[in-house]
Amino acid sequence: MKDDNHKNCVIHTEELSKIYDEGAVPVKAVNNVHLHIEKGEFTALVGPSGSGKTTLLNLLGGLDTPTSGKVWIHGKDLSTLSKNKLIDFRLHNIGFVFQAYNLIPVLTARENIEFVMLLQKESKKERKDRIEQLLKETGLEDQGDKKPSELSGGQQQRVAVARALASKPQFVLADEPTANLDSKTAGNLLDMMAKLNKDEGMTFIFSTHDQRVIDRARRVITLVDGAISNDEVRDTNKVTT
Amino acid sequence: MLLKLAWRNIWKNRKRTLITAASIVFAVLLATVMSSVTEGVLYKLQDNVVSFYSGAIQVHKNGYWDDQSLDNSMLINDTLINQLNDHESIHGVIKRLESFALSASEEHTRGCMVVGIEPEAEPIVTKLDNKVSEGEYLTADDKQVLVAEGLAEYLGLGVGDTLVIIGQGYHGINAADKYPIKGLLHFASPDLNKRMVYLPIKLAQQLYGAPDRVTALVLAIDDVNEADKLETELSKIISDKYEIMGWKELMPELNQMLQNERGENVVFLMVLYILIAFGIFGTVLMMTLERQYEFGVLVAIGMRRFKLSIQIILENIFISLLGAAIGTLISIPVVVYFHLYPIEVGGSLQKIYEEWGFEPIYYFSVEPFIFYKQTLIVLIIALVISVYPLLKILELDPVTAMRT
Repeated sequence: MKDDNHKNCVIHTEELSKIYDEGAVPVKAVNNVHLHIEKGEFTALVGPSGSGKTTLLNLLGGLDTPTSGKVWIHGKDLSTLSKNKLIDFRLHNIGFVFQAYNLIPVLTARENIEFVMLLQKESKKERKDRIEQLLKETGLEDQGDKKPSELSGGQQQRVAVARALASKPQFVLADEPTANLDSKTAGNLLDMMAKLNKDEGMTFIFSTHDQRVIDRARRVITLVDGAISNDEVRDTNKVTT
Repeated sequence: MLLKLAWRNIWKNRKRTLITAASIVFAVLLATVMSSVTEGVLYKLQDNVVSFYSGAIQVHKNGYWDDQSLDNSMLINDTLINQLNDHESIHGVIKRLESFALSASEEHTRGCMVVGIEPEAEPIVTKLDNKVSEGEYLTADDKQVLVAEGLAEYLGLGVGDTLVIIGQGYHGINAADKYPIKGLLHFASPDLNKRMVYLPIKLAQQLYGAPDRVTALVLAIDDVNEADKLETELSKIISDKYEIMGWKELMPELNQMLQNERGENVVFLMVLYILIAFGIFGTVLMMTLERQYEFGVLVAIGMRRFKLSIQIILENIFISLLGAAIGTLISIPVVVYFHLYPIEVGGSLQKIYEEWGFEPIYYFSVEPFIFYKQTLIVLIIALVISVYPLLKILELDPVTAMRT
């Protein structure tokens, strides 16, 4: 892959590996992964437990450093960034949705969404407008003033998605976002993310075991022992909506 | 947002916050009361001792203190007196002429300190008139003397008897005369009680052949704690022909004793502060370990470690200030009450105090520094303890933290 190509895609990795050397035998959590994600993709990373899905997401999100290989986000080589620059880069370019929602418990839904924008030093008006827009898009117009403990699991995950989108990221990394949700709530959440993907062209990359997520993905990358064993781009017409 | 987040976070675990704050409340209360009584007692002690005899500040001819001889006495000019009287902190300038002499009755002799005083002015500093236990206090024109009880007893003299004084006057002349005793003085200090003789300064000048001369000007000031400052100020305006000495130089032993007492109090307070520190540290330790996951998430979504550290420091400061503020608020009425109604010491302790010339009363100081010092110290402790979570956050790896 040439440098010019890095700049045109959202994520690009080359020979990406992560080896944990803590036990008696080194474990290759991610093994020589070459990946190319374009803008607007709705991609699922699938594979059995321990196949390296979460580790790969962490590497793509700059949360973890690879043992070898490199990650480019919009042409920017993450290995060239200092710790603080990397945090700022994540703040402005990557949205995270975690399995356990991970909202700030003492802040309301509205304040949780606002939090990343405050870190970005957005103006008050910009924050207010964006919060209202995101609450509307995530169907939480009436829940903005509630704290996470007052919201259902599905609502909390919607707030988490809204928070991930608040910083206007290049893409969203979601680690098992439906794992703690019942079938109906998971379906609603996926509908919402699919709509954001379709309407706003937001790029989503999920790690998941959930067949409902896999059914809706337009690209499914299967990991086995840290390596890509299959990379399937689906016919858009066959994707469940 | 960081303030809001920190404030709300401390109430997330309400019970823990309240327990930590309560421990700080009690420690601050105890520390404030302890400091107040120590400062109150020491101040009173210092004030008492200083007003026994020396006064807070004295002015002598340069070199007098090192060689306390009448030959080093001085003639007072109006310029000096005016300069001293014009200073707003000085409300009295008292003249003294003092020298050692031999006191004698028909059968006994003993060394004594003969002090010529201005009878009207002297009580401003030493309340000498209150110390008359028998007979009467002096007037300026008296040709009589006041003798300390202990000395009178040794010499076998009483009011109306005659005291003989023999000594060396100005420039070596013989100084000898006999005076009727007008009154006896009771000093709490055994040392003063066995060696003091007072007479009007004019009579003393006549005895020592030193007309118009004085050995010391004693300055009457309101607050003995202002002595250092006043001494510095006076040094700038008074001629260098004179030496200006504060009570710390006049009585270095007293100053040393007060410093030792304060030092002991500091040790006690240190123990209290260590207890406070452990209380806060326990909370911080638990909080830091419990919230690794949360810290990991915050760093993952783009919060710089520095900001996160600020937030944690703010949380510590909030809890500490809360405890310190409540502790101080509770301590104010307690200390003010005992300031207005000091504790009187009874029994054998009272006797010991009185023998040494101290009032047998525990005074409480209400100096503002006693209150804000505790808050400041607790705040510093909180900041120092914040180093621990700060280090944890600085070395935090979000992936590892989110696995916990």
